[in-house]
Amino acid sequence: MTMIPTPTKPWAASTKDRAVDGSIFALSLLSSYLLVFLTPLKGKLACFVCFFLAYAIFTTAFKGIQRGNAAAKDALVNSLVAIGAIVTVIPAASILATVLKKGLPGISFNLFTHDMALATPTDPLSNGGLLHAITGTLTLMVLALIMSVPIGILTALYLTEIKGRFTGPIRFLVQAMSGVPSIVAGLFILSAILYPITKGYSGFMGALALTILMIPTIARTSEEVLNLIPNDLREAGTALGGTQWRTVAMIVLPAARSGLVTAVILGVARIAGETAPILLLTGGGDKVNPNAFTGPMGSLPYYIWKSFNAGSPEAITRAWAGLLVLVGLVLFLFTSARFLGSRKVSK
Amino acid sequence: MQTSVKPSSLADVANAKAPKVPGTAALGTGLETRGVHAWFGKHHALSNISLDFAAGTVTALIGPSGCGKSTFIRTINRMHEFIPGAAMAGEVLLDGKDVYAPGTDVTKIRLQIGMVFQKPNPFPSMTIGENVLSGLKLAQLKVDNKDDLLQECLERAGLWSEVKDRLGAHGGSLSGGQQQRLCIARALAVRPQVLLMDEPCSALDPGSTLRIEDTIRHLSDTMTIIIVTHNMQQAARVSDYTAFFLSDGGPGQMIEVAPTSEIFSRPQDSRTESYVTGRFG
Repeated sequence: MTMIPTPTKPWAASTKDRAVDGSIFALSLLSSYLLVFLTPLKGKLACFVCFFLAYAIFTTAFKGIQRGNAAAKDALVNSLVAIGAIVTVIPAASILATVLKKGLPGISFNLFTHDMALATPTDPLSNGGLLHAITGTLTLMVLALIMSVPIGILTALYLTEIKGRFTGPIRFLVQAMSGVPSIVAGLFILSAILYPITKGYSGFMGALALTILMIPTIARTSEEVLNLIPNDLREAGTALGGTQWRTVAMIVLPAARSGLVTAVILGVARIAGETAPILLLTGGGDKVNPNAFTGPMGSLPYYIWKSFNAGSPEAITRAWAGLLVLVGLVLFLFTSARFLGSRKVSK
Repeated sequence: MQTSVKPSSLADVANAKAPKVPGTAALGTGLETRGVHAWFGKHHALSNISLDFAAGTVTALIGPSGCGKSTFIRTINRMHEFIPGAAMAGEVLLDGKDVYAPGTDVTKIRLQIGMVFQKPNPFPSMTIGENVLSGLKLAQLKVDNKDDLLQECLERAGLWSEVKDRLGAHGGSLSGGQQQRLCIARALAVRPQVLLMDEPCSALDPGSTLRIEDTIRHLSDTMTIIIVTHNMQQAARVSDYTAFFLSDGGPGQMIEVAPTSEIFSRPQDSRTESYVTGRFG
């Protein structure tokens, strides 16, 4: 019988390495405190900056002494990358923490069952809720999705599959449109449709403006995703006697599915918290309005804006609760879209 | 195929298999090309290729890289026209009818002339079973018994015994050789008269290569096969006829076509001889 050796990981950090890393960390922490304590640099931000700088310098210096020049450069870049990652996470985490801290006290059951039709923003929190805002935001999103997903994906298909004569101008327009400020989209719908034609606020007007904002995001991302699908697959589909449309529908689109879901998610992300066109176009009612085509329609951004404007402590709490609900809603939508998009097709 | 015999030369390999008399199978009249030229933009890639492919035979196209072999077979099933700037001249006659004639339904042509590509390319979003039957769905054809067809195609491609218990698995879960046989099964499902194979074994190991060659020999009872290969042993093992292509800096030309045993034992052209004996290319 042969002896089976125990599996080891000779490349893993040894206890000594860990101790060294730990002491560099502690040393940087200590020196940053000392700097803040002894010099005129004050405040949390200064402390952070000093700590990161000290950490980068100490690791680089130590690795340089231990293993030479190349290792020092490697350590420097490593610590810069780590710092970059942390600096990215801090604001996001801080925002989330603030929203949670200030929003949670305003969350109650009646928030999800009542609207503000019979309550004013200054009423106690047990009165009214933001049902109208949740239903309004969902209606706006669904309407905008129904309009922008087909247009966006068809545009991307034109750019990648058909490659017709207008590919260049259309790609240019789509790229230019993705930088359009949302207020411009709002004003466009206001002056081109609302004033001359419908002459009244409605959710649909808001959804039209959101669609304008969403289409370029969806089209551009979908185009990139479709460009990644190998040409082999298109050729194989055509060589089997499929028309171009059948090949695209049966092979190219399914192969790109999870990427297309990402494109739609990015589109939703673009519009989820969009406020300017909503303020201009929806009228922001306080009552649940199931009809998106007539009458003002509330939405979460509008509700938040209105509550902050009201200014009373109750209204401010309502606004934070509304923010928390909006963040939660977006998070929920993203997670479920990811889940649906990554699920394997199986029978 | 007699893989146990170790012939000493390519000519012996070519002679070792039972010679196939063209036209013995009732499979239509086969395929002919008449003066086919091909261009990519201004670049003249292929010049004046006239070849007959008798029904039920295997023809190997050999020659150094860049001599237009792949371009030639892509003109046969009209895949050439997908390349921007592509142009062609000449006729490709399937059962006497030009596939480039005005009013021809190009998707029908591609159903009659199937193709297997150099790199295995099963459809990633489909299972093994769905991959085999994908041609039917793509061309919107109806069959009475899909399960029978599925089994038949996989058996003819020599893959049935390996995948019969996991037809619902993804095509990408197979090995490279199995994927290529899956692509062959997929091409068979629409019942083509002609099968074009563009270096089908160049990405595969020797074992998978032998299995695919086996498959090709069996398939040639029921269809006409044209195979591009860089492997001279393979040409000698599987083909009834061999055509040698060469480009002398200009467009690719066909130098010589003959029964495979003759190409490898007594080629008429000195350039063919140098190529098959390994002196260049």
